[in-house]
Amino acid sequence: MKILVPIKRVVDYNVRVRPTTDHTAVEISNAKMSMNPFDEIAVEEAIRLKEAGIASEVVVASFGVKQCQETIRTALAMGADRGIHVETDVELQPLSVAKLLKAIVDKENPGLVILGKQAIDDDANQTGQMLASLLNWGQGTFACGIKVESETVVVTREIDGGTQTLSLKLPAVITTDLRLNEPRYAKLPDIMKAKKKPLESFNPEDLSVDITPRLKLLEVTEPPKREGGVIVDDVAALLDKLRNEAKVI
Amino acid sequence: MQREKMEYDVVIVGAGPAGLSTAIRLRQLAIENDLELTVCVLEKGSEVGAHILSGAVFEPRALNELIPDWKDKQAPLKTAVSEDEVYFLTSPDKAYKVPNLFVPKPMHNKDNYIVSLGNVCRWLAERAEELEVDIFPGFPAADVIIDEANVVRGVITNDMGIAADGKQKDNFEPGMELIGKYTIFAEGCRGHLGKRLTEHFKLDDNSDPQHYGLGIKELWEIPEAQHKPGLVIHGAGWPLNESGSTGGFFLYHLENNQVSVGLITDLNYSNPYVSPYLEFQRFKHHPQIKQYLKGGRRISYGARAITKGGYFSLPKMVMPGAIMVGCDAGTLNFAKIKGSHTAMKSGMLAAETVVEALSNGDEGGQTLTNYVERFNASWLHEELQSSRNFGPAIHKWGPYIGGAYNYIEQNWFAGKLPFDLHDNSKDHQQLKNKQQANKIDYPLADNSISFDLLSSVYLSSTNHEEDQRCHLKLSNADTPVTINLKDYDAPEQRYCPAGVYEIVTSEKGEEQMQINAQNCLHCKTCDIKDPTQNITWISPEGGGGPNYPNM
Repeated sequence: MKILVPIKRVVDYNVRVRPTTDHTAVEISNAKMSMNPFDEIAVEEAIRLKEAGIASEVVVASFGVKQCQETIRTALAMGADRGIHVETDVELQPLSVAKLLKAIVDKENPGLVILGKQAIDDDANQTGQMLASLLNWGQGTFACGIKVESETVVVTREIDGGTQTLSLKLPAVITTDLRLNEPRYAKLPDIMKAKKKPLESFNPEDLSVDITPRLKLLEVTEPPKREGGVIVDDVAALLDKLRNEAKVI
Repeated sequence: MQREKMEYDVVIVGAGPAGLSTAIRLRQLAIENDLELTVCVLEKGSEVGAHILSGAVFEPRALNELIPDWKDKQAPLKTAVSEDEVYFLTSPDKAYKVPNLFVPKPMHNKDNYIVSLGNVCRWLAERAEELEVDIFPGFPAADVIIDEANVVRGVITNDMGIAADGKQKDNFEPGMELIGKYTIFAEGCRGHLGKRLTEHFKLDDNSDPQHYGLGIKELWEIPEAQHKPGLVIHGAGWPLNESGSTGGFFLYHLENNQVSVGLITDLNYSNPYVSPYLEFQRFKHHPQIKQYLKGGRRISYGARAITKGGYFSLPKMVMPGAIMVGCDAGTLNFAKIKGSHTAMKSGMLAAETVVEALSNGDEGGQTLTNYVERFNASWLHEELQSSRNFGPAIHKWGPYIGGAYNYIEQNWFAGKLPFDLHDNSKDHQQLKNKQQANKIDYPLADNSISFDLLSSVYLSSTNHEEDQRCHLKLSNADTPVTINLKDYDAPEQRYCPAGVYEIVTSEKGEEQMQINAQNCLHCKTCDIKDPTQNITWISPEGGGGPNYPNM
């Protein structure tokens, strides 16, 4: 079974971001970019399935600017077999990504697509679900456990107050949650080997997918600054403030 | 432990200006001479540039030699210096503008550029990769391999995935041996391996003690009306002079309404109550500085120590199998307050020396004394030699008389006066006992020009994997309390620009030192300034440390 792992290049989780001066976007010029951490978990899981003899090949795909190829190389260094890059400078929204992925799935015919539950830059949490719908496949979202059986995959999902276990018919789409695994560190020799692994590049037009954005971003603002606390003299003053200032009682 | 090995002709430690220039020059010469030569660069930061912090006014002399068509290749040297101003801040609200005529010549910046050195390094890394250099960000060199014959054979990268208690975690990945015919150490100021090599090979036996400064820098976005692209301001005086300390400040107007502002505190200061961080915060309130910052927003913060002893403090830079270059050795020109072009040149000379040796059939492991000859014959030597007295003059006589001496020596005699000034004091031995020192009453942050420490550290985007061994090692666990706290009121609480060191009271009511290693900015000040040299900085897990975007 082939596994497809879509990965996204996002601003690194350690970078403190801020809106651009004109408030139309998040400032990321020269900021460190990395693989979306949830996607890293997806790559790790796919590699583990390959190491367990369940998967035969792990293909990673990333869409966007040229530098996405670096992100693909990172996944190849972890142990994925080959990469697919769809290059575009157009801002990609979840529906466009899902459509591009469907085109890749049609070409590659994987038995399983594993991807992060959301990307840490836009936190959309939509691509996996949209892809399952476009493919008309089953979906197991927020996975914290994956067990592949002959015709099915058993997915344990993180839900409010506990977990839920589903059995999906293969092929299926799975989105990963934080506790599924802890990704490995890439080793130096593997980073070298990754440079030689195959990486194909396409344009969206090659795949006949319309990626025109459909949502318009109106404004990006910083969260309001937290005001410093005050120490009140007595209970009466506290009640007064709660009633008249905070208006919560 | 049996470790995996990888072999290269040359292994370079550190992807800063020195290391990357070494790599580029090596590969250029290999291609010119049709020589097979493999080169790798290890970098502890999560990416190239992540740990680079500098002012920076950049002198393109070395770059012109290394990559003459850098303009066509879109090097990020975008803002040419248009105006040069020097001030003595005489009080919290007064400044004396030094007439251009009296500014020591090396401080003139015509033909230089205001840059983000981090971005210059990112660009250099791309050039190096085009020449097939393997760059490995996120892989610190943790140790040096020295064989039985006392020859440097390479380095070992960090073990990854070791918990705070020393146990191996599930994702444990042992470090690798990187073996090179030659290893070039380019770690920057106070490199932790450079320090070990200096001790091991007694490289500084014939040089003056090294001297350091701590540079703290912020990047601001300011209102367009206050922005003068190309304006470079330097100066000294207040606030450091209040405590009898020395140092200097800079304020550079870059592109995109950004200014880079910083204060360098010489680490030979004597009052243990000095806080370089708070000196910097109050400095920004001086009207000469505030006029540019007011109404702006701060977008980044960071700190880094500077090797500034200069010519007389330069150690021996060669040893069997290795060369030490750039600020790891101490090639910064303090008179110019610039180290990038000199670091680059020292790396290029190292590359030329290594290629010469290898193409003559050298198998590696030799002490390349040819490097010293090349160094002595280069403009780098001439430049450092002519400003040899600059730092010692200021240390000896202070910024006014020392500054006047420097003006006379540099402008009238072009650095060729027949005497040498030596400064044989050691920075870490200068602290006075707390009883003999005055406490300093620093003003509170106003949250528009000045800020508290933790909100600053936050802007450095620093982080370290939480569950790992502490990378700030104490030789003696009691010293922070029995000596540092008792005699100097724990100065590490104040000189650390990241709040790593904190005296806390335990449940039993005992005072103890808490080390918040996660905050560390890798500036190395603690390794330098600790009065008993009890703190040793070692490399944390790869990728840890700041993530500077444009510093």
